[in-house]
Amino acid sequence: MKREHSISVKNLTKKFGDFTAVDAISFTVKKGEIFGFLGANGAGKTTAMKMLIGISKPTSGEAEVAGFDVYKSTEKIKKNIGYMSQKFALYDDLTVRENAQFFGGIYGLSKKVIKERTQAFISELGIDDIADHLVGSLPLGWKQKLAFSVALLHRPQIIFLDEPTGGVDPITRRQFWEMIYKQAHQGTTIFVTTHYMDEAEYCDRVSIMVAGKIEALDSPENLRKQFAVNSMNEVFLKLARG
Amino acid sequence: MKRFIGFIKKEFFHIFRDKRSLFILFGMPIAQILLFGFAVTNEINNVKLAIYDQANDVESQKLIQNIASSSYFDVEKMLYNKEEVAATFKQGQVKAILIFEPDFAKKLTKEGVADIQVVTDATEPNTAMTITNYIAAIIKKYNDNFNKITTTPYQIQTNSRMLYNPELKSVFMFVPGVMTIILMLVSAMMTSISITREKEIGTMEILLVSPLKPLQVILGKVFPYIFLSIINAVVILLLGFFVFGMPMQGSLFLLGLESILFIISALALGILISTISETQQTAMMISLMGLLLPVILLSGFIFPIASMPKPLQWLSNIVPATWYIIIIKGIMLKGVGLLTLWKESLILLGMTLFFILLSVKKYKIRLE
Repeated sequence: MKREHSISVKNLTKKFGDFTAVDAISFTVKKGEIFGFLGANGAGKTTAMKMLIGISKPTSGEAEVAGFDVYKSTEKIKKNIGYMSQKFALYDDLTVRENAQFFGGIYGLSKKVIKERTQAFISELGIDDIADHLVGSLPLGWKQKLAFSVALLHRPQIIFLDEPTGGVDPITRRQFWEMIYKQAHQGTTIFVTTHYMDEAEYCDRVSIMVAGKIEALDSPENLRKQFAVNSMNEVFLKLARG
Repeated sequence: MKRFIGFIKKEFFHIFRDKRSLFILFGMPIAQILLFGFAVTNEINNVKLAIYDQANDVESQKLIQNIASSSYFDVEKMLYNKEEVAATFKQGQVKAILIFEPDFAKKLTKEGVADIQVVTDATEPNTAMTITNYIAAIIKKYNDNFNKITTTPYQIQTNSRMLYNPELKSVFMFVPGVMTIILMLVSAMMTSISITREKEIGTMEILLVSPLKPLQVILGKVFPYIFLSIINAVVILLLGFFVFGMPMQGSLFLLGLESILFIISALALGILISTISETQQTAMMISLMGLLLPVILLSGFIFPIASMPKPLQWLSNIVPATWYIIIIKGIMLKGVGLLTLWKESLILLGMTLFFILLSVKKYKIRLE
């Protein structure tokens, strides 16, 4: 059976006591789509994302990720998704290969498969000379590209990127987005949160969260038309300021 | 299982590539045990004494001879008038002065009572107390001999004997104490730091998003430290045994089991600390203030529990180290087994289970 949607969410809600962090959001993400998940700090996007990747239980609502229910099948979801956070999160005191070996290992990949796939991304990035260096000695831009490659080792259907380009220079950001495009073309669904509005323009569709609700959801082009402005930045400001 | 082994391998990479943790893990136990064993000690040796002998007769000379010939005291100076007594103290040349009353021998033989005044420099109260006790012991021995010769009827002799540690070696106190501190430090502090480190650098999130179960993550984090703690305990015991002549009267097997129990309780505390701290520094401070200080101050390692104020005595009861120290001292020095130590062992077991439950619960709440 071929599924249309990688992620489908209906009235998903998360409450912490009296505070509603995520308020009945609904959306779907198509297979191979680059989906931008935007919102100001505290708008609830991290909480929403945590429910989708299976480390936070929703209060109510429905959600399916990679075809699995977020209440019942978090284990299966975890096997089928990749995740990369804003902290990049490779171990500084391990080498590139050791990091790949470790993270591939916890996804249950065999040594041989890990070796092949590691060599593949090392050749692709052209970093044979630093593959046995400690990650801590590499520049930030490299770390982040490596973290992305390592997060893809187990070939997830969907990859969640939580502000993946925070604190890196524009050139590296550009290169990083090229990597993202390439993955999307190969059919991986990309779910990305970001603070950079120019990055929002790269997405196929964008949702903007304000105070726990999704206030806008469409392609960047349509959103600009809808709000009669010239850039995503203005769309965002209009919404965030109410 | 294969995933778990990979996890542990990674954990050992962290430990062996970090010079600081290597030092804490292996340098500190050895440094501490040698420091406590050789430098920090309650024993007195070659204490300088002055004597103001107003009697200068046969008996006073004999007693002075006895004191001077012991290894504890060196007679530094003879004094000849009262003014010199105060002056000698002020200059700080001696720790104690013995003053014999005039007609010492006459009074002793005729009246049966003679006075010796022992004046000590109590700016260091513990030393002063110890010196007084040692001098009193020498005088008592002399007194007993004296009584034997004169064969007075109906005399009562107290005869004290120091059990288990006849030479009052303080190292017998310190080896169990240092072992407790090190196990606490390695198990609780190092685990809490290594778990919060993963939180700080963001890898904890990645691990939780992975198919690894949270329990596997935590077990993977603590397992290497169980292993290293056991190695440390063995190193400390070997040092105690070969360098300081620490006795090992009881069952080594039981000692091992009790130590593992204590290590697990410390690990549970470490996990508990990691659930309430966001940074490595917080974890370290909480471990030092919340765990290490009670172990040093309240466990009876340095200050005897019996001489603490009541509220502190109650408090010392909830420190797991208190029970562990009682247990290992019992096993090593007295050679007793579970038959005697079952109560202490049960308390330690109860505490361990409690801490495990609490940390699992806390950890789960965090994940919600």
